[in-house]
Amino acid sequence: MIEVSHLHKTFRVARRNAGIGEAVRALFRREYTEIHALDDISFRIADGEMVGYIGPNGAGKSSSIKVMSGILTPDSGSCVIDGCVPWRDRRAHVANIGVVFGQRSQLWWDVPVIDSFDLIRDIYRVAEHQYHTDLDELCDLLDLGEILRTPTRQLSLGQRMRCEIAASLIHRPRIIFLDEPTIGLDAVSKLAVREFIRRINRERGTTVILTTHDMQDIEALTERIILIGRGKILLDGALDALKAKHSALRRITVRFAPGTPSPAARPLPDGITLLSADEGRAEFGVDTARLSVSAAIECLTRDIDVRDLAVTGQSTEELVVSLYEEFRI
Amino acid sequence: MIRSPRLRPYISFFRLRFLGGMQYRVAAFAGILTQFAWGAMNLLLYTAFYEADPTAFPMGFEQISAYVWFNQAFLTMFMLWFLDADIFAAIRDGNVAYELVRPLDLYRMWFVKNLATRTAKVVLRCLPILVVAVFLPAPYGLTLPVSLGAFLLFLLTMMLALVLVVAFCMLIYIVTFYTMNPLGVRIIATSMGEFLCGALIPIPFMPDGLRRVVELSPFGAMQNLPFRIYSGHLSGAEMWWRILLQVFWIAALILFGRLLMAHALRRVAVQGG
Repeated sequence: MIEVSHLHKTFRVARRNAGIGEAVRALFRREYTEIHALDDISFRIADGEMVGYIGPNGAGKSSSIKVMSGILTPDSGSCVIDGCVPWRDRRAHVANIGVVFGQRSQLWWDVPVIDSFDLIRDIYRVAEHQYHTDLDELCDLLDLGEILRTPTRQLSLGQRMRCEIAASLIHRPRIIFLDEPTIGLDAVSKLAVREFIRRINRERGTTVILTTHDMQDIEALTERIILIGRGKILLDGALDALKAKHSALRRITVRFAPGTPSPAARPLPDGITLLSADEGRAEFGVDTARLSVSAAIECLTRDIDVRDLAVTGQSTEELVVSLYEEFRI
Repeated sequence: MIRSPRLRPYISFFRLRFLGGMQYRVAAFAGILTQFAWGAMNLLLYTAFYEADPTAFPMGFEQISAYVWFNQAFLTMFMLWFLDADIFAAIRDGNVAYELVRPLDLYRMWFVKNLATRTAKVVLRCLPILVVAVFLPAPYGLTLPVSLGAFLLFLLTMMLALVLVVAFCMLIYIVTFYTMNPLGVRIIATSMGEFLCGALIPIPFMPDGLRRVVELSPFGAMQNLPFRIYSGHLSGAEMWWRILLQVFWIAALILFGRLLMAHALRRVAVQGG
């Protein structure tokens, strides 16, 4: 159980303009800007939940993760995770959590991955038999096999990330924080990582808190999202409900023979808006509350040599972009 | 070996670092050659001084020889400027985050890492130098210890001096949490420390006023203490008083380092997104 209430954290950042004159001036008078990384953050996450934590860069995602994993002390507010205050009872708390920082590595660069795993086993004092069973299972699920005996520096990013995730699960944490776990991965590796996270959540009941910019991660993994921007929580709710609210919009893309008159040129009925048009291609938005999809297609394709036609709903990505716009972050 | 489960993680760190340090055999070989040349040059210099005026010498020539050869053999164990680049990098780019999410004491972990690298380096280098130095003709060679007691105390104060050196280096790492750029503190602390601890010239050779201050400072309790005990230059009440002072400085630097680190971790943000 994670209970966060009224967290505040402000950073002071020294700023100056470019140039030598400015640099000299900054020696004597430094200008600080206050950045509210966390501005009254409150939420509650139950055991076994899977939560997507989203927001643009600099919104406060990483700061929240750092507070919850005990490495950042907030200015005020409280955070209690399974009875521990992370920054006060750091060592007791971190024994029960796993953390993956997608942009950093916890594996020792020069030694084979298995050596790093062994060291992590010793750090958390994992019993030998449990370690072996778990390691076999992790290797199997993440397809590690030969990778274990390779030095970290020779792994591809996808291989390394799979090892990072395995490394953070060796001590069977009750909660796992994944800070951009799929950053820079190819499609196949992303799928493997997602499938694995889902399994850990389902089979071990591990609470998963995930930050990402990849909306497919969110879609594939989480039911609940928390949207954060400029240090504030803007939205906290089920992904489906959010999508339903915004799902009245459809996008119709029409490809037609070049040289023929474009459907974009004709007067459009109420409910259709032109999104973009160029030679041989036009894209429309349809508000299904006012006009049915079939009526829209009927109208847009009449007397036209259609080569291809696609109807798409609003993707999570677009949903998030529209949320960002809605909240002006 | 200690089997206490509480210490197991730290022992693992020591082992991994130690084995890592043992890999650099070519570097060790080159180091040994350099240290021979350096030791020989040092001794030539002292010979010239000694021949000019033996009465002005605060130490016997055999005591100097022992000091110079120990200094070379155990260089990698006591050199103050030998700091762990990984630790500075971790503080600067924020990778220290991963060390903080471990259920470990960060101070102890870094301490153990430093002990391990220094020990690994010295294990590879000290024996060839000591063996050759023993067979050099008197008074240029390494004489046997003055007594068994002195030898045992030499071993003990060697280990304590290593702990003291690492405790001092820990302060440099921790200050980096505040300054972010390790260079300034590092250059001042290590270049001054290197002189004050007697790595360049033995402390008895320093001018009287400076010598008295240095001998009371933590630097006076580093390598200079065991080397002088071995050759009998320090003995009796004065020796015991200095050993006591060494223990005091270890306790003081570790306590101060721990307090400073606790403050740094509370106050300082982990860098990077």
